Amino acid sequence: MKTTITVNGTARTLDVDSRTTLLDALREHLGLIGSKKGCDHGQCGACTVLVNGARINSCLSLLAMHDGDQVTTIEGLGTAENLHPVQQAFLENDAFQCGYCTPGQICSAVGMLQEAADGWPSQVMEDVAAIVDLSEAEIRERMSGNICRCSAYPQIVAAIRSVAGGAA
Amino acid sequence: MRPFTYERAPDALSAVKAVAENPGAKFLAGGTNLLDLMKLDIERPTHLVDVGRLPFAGVEEVNGGLRIGGAMVNSKLAAHPRVRELYPVLVRALVSGASGQLRNKATTAGNLLQRTRCAYFYDTTKPCNKRQPGSGCSALEGVHGAHDAIFGASKACIATHPSDMAVALTALGASVETLTPTGASRTLAVQDLHRLPGDTPQVETDLAPGELITAVLVPPPPEGGQVYRKVRGRASYAHGIASVAVAGGRVAFGAVAHKPWRAAHTEDALSSGASPAEAAEAELSKADRNDHNALKITLVGRLAAAAIEESKTRRVA
Amino acid sequence: MSSVKDWAAPNPITENRGGLIGKGVDRYEGRLKVTGSAPYAYEVEAPSRPAIGYMATASIAKGRITRIDTSAAEASPGVLLVWSHLNAPAQAPRGTRANPRSQRPSNPALASDRIENFGQTVAFVVADTFENARAAANLIEIEYAAEQGVVDFVASFDQADQPPGEEDVHIGDFPAAFAAAPVTVDETYESPVQNHVQMEPCATTAWWDGDKVTVHTSIQMVKGGQHALAETLAIPSDHVHLLTRYIGGGFGGKGQAYDDLILSALAARALGQPVKLAYTRQQMFHGTIHRPAVSMRVRLGAQPDGRLTAFAVEAITHCARNAIFTEHAANFSRNLYAAPNRLTGHRLVKMDLPGAGPMRAPGEAPGMLSLECAMDELAEKLGLDPIELRIRNEPDVDPETGKPFSVRQLVQCMRDGAARFGWERRNPKPGQVRDGRWLVGMGMAAAIRGNFLLPAKAGVRIDADGTITLRQGMTDIGTGTYTILAQITAETMGVPMEQVKVEMGDSNFPPAPGSGGQFGAATAGSAAYEAGMNLRKALTELAVGDPNSPLYGGPAEYVTFENGNIAIENRSETLAALVARAAPEGVYVEGSISPAADARDYSQHTYGAHFAEVGVDTVTGEVRMRKMFGVFAAGRILNAKTARSQITGGMIWGVGTALTESNVVDARYGSFINQDMAGYLVPAHADIVDLDAIFLDEADDKANPMGIKGVGELGICGAGAAVANAIYNATGVRLRDYPMTPEKVLEGMLAVGL
Repeated sequence: MKTTITVNGTARTLDVDSRTTLLDALREHLGLIGSKKGCDHGQCGACTVLVNGARINSCLSLLAMHDGDQVTTIEGLGTAENLHPVQQAFLENDAFQCGYCTPGQICSAVGMLQEAADGWPSQVMEDVAAIVDLSEAEIRERMSGNICRCSAYPQIVAAIRSVAGGAA
Repeated sequence: MRPFTYERAPDALSAVKAVAENPGAKFLAGGTNLLDLMKLDIERPTHLVDVGRLPFAGVEEVNGGLRIGGAMVNSKLAAHPRVRELYPVLVRALVSGASGQLRNKATTAGNLLQRTRCAYFYDTTKPCNKRQPGSGCSALEGVHGAHDAIFGASKACIATHPSDMAVALTALGASVETLTPTGASRTLAVQDLHRLPGDTPQVETDLAPGELITAVLVPPPPEGGQVYRKVRGRASYAHGIASVAVAGGRVAFGAVAHKPWRAAHTEDALSSGASPAEAAEAELSKADRNDHNALKITLVGRLAAAAIEESKTRRVA
Repeated sequence: MSSVKDWAAPNPITENRGGLIGKGVDRYEGRLKVTGSAPYAYEVEAPSRPAIGYMATASIAKGRITRIDTSAAEASPGVLLVWSHLNAPAQAPRGTRANPRSQRPSNPALASDRIENFGQTVAFVVADTFENARAAANLIEIEYAAEQGVVDFVASFDQADQPPGEEDVHIGDFPAAFAAAPVTVDETYESPVQNHVQMEPCATTAWWDGDKVTVHTSIQMVKGGQHALAETLAIPSDHVHLLTRYIGGGFGGKGQAYDDLILSALAARALGQPVKLAYTRQQMFHGTIHRPAVSMRVRLGAQPDGRLTAFAVEAITHCARNAIFTEHAANFSRNLYAAPNRLTGHRLVKMDLPGAGPMRAPGEAPGMLSLECAMDELAEKLGLDPIELRIRNEPDVDPETGKPFSVRQLVQCMRDGAARFGWERRNPKPGQVRDGRWLVGMGMAAAIRGNFLLPAKAGVRIDADGTITLRQGMTDIGTGTYTILAQITAETMGVPMEQVKVEMGDSNFPPAPGSGGQFGAATAGSAAYEAGMNLRKALTELAVGDPNSPLYGGPAEYVTFENGNIAIENRSETLAALVARAAPEGVYVEGSISPAADARDYSQHTYGAHFAEVGVDTVTGEVRMRKMFGVFAAGRILNAKTARSQITGGMIWGVGTALTESNVVDARYGSFINQDMAGYLVPAHADIVDLDAIFLDEADDKANPMGIKGVGELGICGAGAAVANAIYNATGVRLRDYPMTPEKVLEGMLAVGL
């Protein structure tokens, strides 16, 4: 079936099997290999992309559900010559090892920073109606949907904190 | 994943009719649970009716309470200023479930209707009455103890309902508003939405085929503090072994039964002045005790007592 | 053969004039990884669009297939091929090694109707799309004749045998000394089956050109994979071109050829088009190896002053019936603490579970979970601080062999760590420190992991533009190999990092053993160093023999390489100028390393000390980390950034080991009941709080020419025990059954009246 999505600013129309997930559409049909398939069941976060600015697991979404949506993948955030600030921070903080969860971590961080800026609550807040203070504990909690088996967690938190601090 | 056709519903009534008229059809909203199960060949719809963009994604004030759209995603619901102000127990339940990414997709209605996380349900090589009626329940003598039901289970199924949100809604006395295939709407209490397994664990709710949850109605917050506590091995992004929601004098337990479990005996005991521990025991003494679950019963009792105690110190909405 | 004495002389690495050794430079391939442009095995560009494979797997643990019906799958849309044991292409029988030099024997897929473990591949579909392949695989009908297998580890100890070719190690008279010891500990500790859960599931893309196959696959050992595929397909190994440029985690679980490699290559040949195949996450749990469960009895006998007089560590573990793998969980204990009377050994149960195999620090990782808790238990009985107990049993020489240690800073690690962590805050009496609803406690454990050097080669070339390219059949599974090889090459050649390229993961390159056993950096790095030294020699000869070079006439022994220049005192030119003029086609040399003949005269290890602080929820038994700190001594550190990441990553694995990780076997079915990442819980961001590590200054000149050692596995060794000891200190609950889930901790708390 035909679906049109705007990926990293470019409208793309795909005519593919209705069973195609957004993740497989990106990887197999659009050549955007940065979004990774770690579990294909929403249990690892490696497939995280931004849809209309919100981070989601692209493995648990059909392409068909996204007709007309704006999709941003890791490829749309920055390039090797012109890194996004979060990509730069990951590089400098050694916030990855094997690199397979990394695009998902970075997309998730970008989405998470916006959620925090919008004042969205998390389970580590003492009062869920309070204003968000993006502490390390908040970053850890809000990034918990992205598993890193190499366990670069301390470095990822440091990288995100360096960006969040710079933006504040 | 079996082949299926997909349509985006133009309006609610066509969606409801499309599903009611086609036994192979299912509603699709966030898809976070349905697609998970379709990939494993557990769910096998032949037609999907996408209701994710129907205009049920807002929050309205109704009689001092709120009406929450069935298609509203969990993260936006948790972030809604009035929800944060009135129902901290609901916010806390929402944000203790899943992950930021999943909460950005999962909807209010879909969260209520998510299926069990019982490992034997997920493993298609094992007997499971819920997946394949009549095949047996592997969990009964299984190695999954901490996740088994302690209330209302049957010989056919000891699976639990995994939702956090539903537990908070049960404690808040919320109800769901549905659209039936005739075009009529009805409401039923969240605590009555799900069924106990009995002999038909594959039938999980009292919704008719094609009946669509369009909204959740939450009454004004009860007097008293609100608390949600969830127990799990990992600090985040893990299903609970057990959870407890307290809203004033109302109490519900999660991950203990085939449905979010309203602890009516606990509530009665509290209203008669019992201590938190006594009140918790009032419900837990009615649990289905067996060789595998004594520890879980103890855990839920301790958790409930602590949550009730904590509710006394919590902000009153 | 070389001697460790050859390694003691100063060299470009130990002199470190460019300052690149030890520097925390950013990852060489980092920009590719943070932009998502590094292609992993399933993502490489093939000559044409690959067809997609999908495997169907067995639903019983043992028996045989009595009927298989693939007709519906064959008729399913887009299907190009369906194979089962009935029609799979001929392959060499398992274990064939037609070429005696092959590093791995054949490993055929779909070889017979026999089922040897749950999750074994029983059928294979290739279709035009992933969706069609998966749907068709689900249509295959299979019936089995099931047989009773041995699947319950704890119930099978009576079947445990001595691993082939091994004997227990007896020193002195353990039974008598233990019987006479005034203070004893005799406890048994259990650790479960654990899974690697690499983020990237195993995957291969394969295509043929004539009778030669190209495979991009996710594997830690280039030669091993090449040879296994060649042996299985019964083709010469040089007909297999194996590439593995980027690997999404390995941890020991990608050291061998799995069905993705074999089946994608076979199908690509049969179809005459590229084929790619990935395991699903669920298939990874049964279709690839795991760390076996270990039951470990530890008996310690001590004098009142803490000196150990009797020491026994005995492990029971398991492996698949059709394979030999022993988790040598007791080995590390032979080198750790002094005691005159000793007994160590292993027993092995053959089971009908999927294959057991190496996982990050095989042996030490599960083994230290027991001994390092037993030492904590002994310290409490003696009324000694756990660090002091270990110091009192610090050996002067290797306690088993009597050999000198090459270098050993275990005591320094513990002392430094105690000071930096704030160990003095610990109340030795358990269950005393409350913080709201939490009980808070601290624990420590020692870490030890052997150091190894394997034979390896490397090639290095310099081109006319001065670019120096290192080529090696090595892998980087996230360890930082690309980066440290670039640093070693740049430092050896006296050039900036920007002038160096590193190319790896290709079976056409000079062979290295790959990533595993924390031998990668020392092994591959030493070969790269030797290649660089040979290039220096070649360039020196070129310069002093070239009348147009300012270095003409030498003397060669005064030649230096710095800042991109080759020089003799004031006479210098750039390497680029020299090569462009004197060897415009470039200069290529190789180098190799092999273990020194006398390296085994030394007991050689890496060491560390872990410190953990946990909170235990007094209501629920949930354990949450509050702080963790480690101090390690692992030779010269090549890259401060990547080494720290390696070691803290290992520590976090220890947290997972202690708290959540376990594959639970349902003995009725002979399968793991949790087989996804929602059921098998590895640590998430929220689990890791305030965790860091440092390295002590060290150089081990008995290890290799650079004095470096491995760090990839040391971090997990002992880490889980430190957490367990902290749980005890917090609550007074001594659990000996990993992982320490809320249910187990709560049960323990109830038993002590909490």
